[in-house]
Amino acid sequence: MTDSKKSKRLSDGPDWTFDLLEQYHTEIKRVADHYRLDAYPNQIEVITAEQMMDAYSSVGMPLGYNHWSYGKKFIQTEQNYKRGQMGLAYEIVINSDPCIAYLMEENTITMQALVIAHACYGHNSFFKGNYLFQTWTDASSIIDYLLFAKNYITKCEERHGIDQVEDIVDSCHALMNYGVDRYKRPQKISLFEEQKRQEERESYLQSQVNELWRTIPKNEQETTKKETRFPAEPQENILYFIEKNAPLLKPWQREIVRIVRKISQYFYPQKQTQVMNEGWATFWHYTILNHMYDEGLVSDKFIMEFLHSHTNVVFQPPYNSKYYSGINPYALGFNMFIDIRRICENPTDEDKEWFPQIAGSDWLDTVHFAMHNFKDESFIAQFLSPKMMRDFHLFSILDDDNNKHLEVSAIHNKEGYVKVREHLSAQYNLSNLEPNIQVYDVDTTGDRSLTLRYVPQSRVPLADNHDEVLRHLHRLWGFDVKLEHLNEFNVVNKTTYCPVKEPVKSDIIAFDLGE
Amino acid sequence: MANFIDRRLNGKNKSTVNRQRFIRRYKAQIKRSVTDAIGKRSVTDIDSGESISIPQRDISEPFFHHGQGGRRDRVHPGNDQFTTGDKIKRPMGGGGGGSGEGDASADGEGEDEFVFSISKDEYLDLLFEDLELPNLKKTVLDKIVEYKNARAGFCAEGIPSNIDIVRSLKGSLSRRIAMSSGKRRQLAILEEELKALLQEDEHEQEAVKDLRLQIEALKQKIKKVPFIDTFDLRYRNYEKRPVPTTKAVMFCLMDVSGSMDQATKEVAKRFYILLYLFLTRTYKNIEVVYIRHHTQAKEVDEQEFFYSQETGGTIVSSALNLMDEIIKKRYNPAQWNIYAAQASDGDNWADDSPKCTKVLTEKILPLVRYYSYIEITKRSHQSLWREYERIATYFDNFALQHIRGADDIYPMFRELFKKQAA
Repeated sequence: MTDSKKSKRLSDGPDWTFDLLEQYHTEIKRVADHYRLDAYPNQIEVITAEQMMDAYSSVGMPLGYNHWSYGKKFIQTEQNYKRGQMGLAYEIVINSDPCIAYLMEENTITMQALVIAHACYGHNSFFKGNYLFQTWTDASSIIDYLLFAKNYITKCEERHGIDQVEDIVDSCHALMNYGVDRYKRPQKISLFEEQKRQEERESYLQSQVNELWRTIPKNEQETTKKETRFPAEPQENILYFIEKNAPLLKPWQREIVRIVRKISQYFYPQKQTQVMNEGWATFWHYTILNHMYDEGLVSDKFIMEFLHSHTNVVFQPPYNSKYYSGINPYALGFNMFIDIRRICENPTDEDKEWFPQIAGSDWLDTVHFAMHNFKDESFIAQFLSPKMMRDFHLFSILDDDNNKHLEVSAIHNKEGYVKVREHLSAQYNLSNLEPNIQVYDVDTTGDRSLTLRYVPQSRVPLADNHDEVLRHLHRLWGFDVKLEHLNEFNVVNKTTYCPVKEPVKSDIIAFDLGE
Repeated sequence: MANFIDRRLNGKNKSTVNRQRFIRRYKAQIKRSVTDAIGKRSVTDIDSGESISIPQRDISEPFFHHGQGGRRDRVHPGNDQFTTGDKIKRPMGGGGGGSGEGDASADGEGEDEFVFSISKDEYLDLLFEDLELPNLKKTVLDKIVEYKNARAGFCAEGIPSNIDIVRSLKGSLSRRIAMSSGKRRQLAILEEELKALLQEDEHEQEAVKDLRLQIEALKQKIKKVPFIDTFDLRYRNYEKRPVPTTKAVMFCLMDVSGSMDQATKEVAKRFYILLYLFLTRTYKNIEVVYIRHHTQAKEVDEQEFFYSQETGGTIVSSALNLMDEIIKKRYNPAQWNIYAAQASDGDNWADDSPKCTKVLTEKILPLVRYYSYIEITKRSHQSLWREYERIATYFDNFALQHIRGADDIYPMFRELFKKQAA
């Protein structure tokens, strides 16, 4: 840095101007490049509080199809905001290329700088670098795909009526969490191909479905096959299964199922990297702005205001506080990245024992490595240090409904470190968070009923509203649906039917499967 | 590389469609809430919207998630007292220490009400959906009485203060062009000729002189075209346009004799509220006249109308006569849209009922847009109802309904004002 540049202190506002934003952005970008943050180009949009509420209630999608549930979300947000129960988010950032970030006009220049560092370089580089996002999302085409989805659904509404479309979308939303292939790597959404193949797909899919449900002619082979289940392996992606196999859906309905499925897939990585993503972004706004302070670019007033909001963001209330609502992902993630840097720069003997590979290594390489290759679950399992557990006073509670009391199963001491870390990591394991329900069987030759299986973990039952979800599934499937609950010995101990009555075996009727 | 975009001027109501979808979907529940709220309003309180509450359960979006029970380990921060193996009493309600993020929270408080506000317009839309004021079209046309000055183009005559300068100068310019263009063309030709003559060496003095004279004359002629002429002047034109009157007066007539108890009056009050709200949808300014009567009629204010207790017999015609007087004195039917609602328990002096018919049919009904009579009683009808029934067959701006209790009000109101099938 030349002396002239160092002496040039940026104005600390409090009001911002576009020129000033530009200056701050140039400096932040320079520092970010210095730390090798590789991000998509930024598109920074200044919006009002009302627009922020709009963005908020459409789950951050810059354009979404219309649905009442977004209206409900909007009413809630608006209501809370007006009553002062809730401040608005400082920022919303969208995983797209270019990366869209929103700045709210009410904020001071300090807050704007914080958001630029946090969203445009923190989150943005995470979107670009993390393996989950690289695998599951295609930032360059998401905006186009959302536009395609919005237009398609609007067209369906015009052609088939709002209620018809709403029914399908409702049902798909109920099963949205089951629209992702967890283990199979997905194909990226490519709009061009999407459009090119869409019509082809419509007719092709329908023909496939018709093939599956064909009842005549029956030959020997088919009768011998009767004993095998369809699908041969249980399917975890229920929406995909519906899209490909539901007998009565019309082509446009299949396309809507597909749209909801694809959008669900787009959000899938975000669910699994909350701690890392927020931690990474917070770590970088902290590091970048402090770097600028050290260079003399920003004033004391600026850095005090910044630290004030930063401290609020990473505050972790203890379990017995009235503000406690679980572990704050910002606090956990931020402190873990700070801790990784500490382990690299000033490792203690304990660190050397626990983290032989990274203790004393180059901290920048290490945090980048962590960001690229982990998700919350594995990140915690890999990098949560004993010092962190001590600092957070973490303790693990065993809640077993066979016992009268809760039991403290591990605390932040030598015997407990491994266990606490294991439990905390499991807490972010999506397959523990979402019930394991898969498509198990379809009675292809009989009443066409669909059988799902719920495999509980640690005897945790399904919540009571699962019959409502089944009704949605029944709407999509068109024939009877049942859900078998297994117990810990893998034996069916309860079955939920939809429609509720016991299914009556009926003769096969030749259905007109519809064009 | 960064691209700053100022989006603040973009539309902020991106969520409007979604909000409407929400209201559309829960119309039934919202309507119920609206109907419940009617009873709590004062008659003229219409400036507010309404806060709507819907059971959270009705609008939840179901998805598969874990329930209570089973065995789970949860990690919490801030340990201040526990060591491994400590036993803690299970907090009541299950939620307390146990539910972290993700699974259990969505189920926790399912019984809350989802409360939100709708605007005044949305409220009234819901309240009066599918209702209309009867006879409105017909009467609007023949009751046009007020005029408003409105701009209506330009005209050639008028007073100086209405001169439109730009138009006038445009006229002047085009007139000058029109009147001089032939001469200018001629002038150009002559000047060309003169030039040609002068270029010749032995030019004829005579011809040159002649040409010069002609040119001079033409120039004079062009000069004489006046810069502005009365012919150019354009005046802004105004004309009187009839505007439909938007003033309305609503007469509330109520029997306050001993037989009308407070509960019956409450029912009547709600009916008046509905009518008032309904009228505000069509008219900007509405005056309300309260007339209560037993054997004598009196004009009173809202408070007295609904809450003072009187005793004595009942002569309905007294109120009708008073109404007629008030109309004559204060509300010229040419300027006011007059509506009347009468509430009673049906009691009347037997020989007064024919008088009522007379006053109504001769004096009142020809003047009012709509006259509705509601009888709030659980007993059988008496003479007044029968008289009124007969009127209803002759006049289509007269309607009567029988209300037994508070539950009937809204349906009966809808009955009175339901859209006539086209």
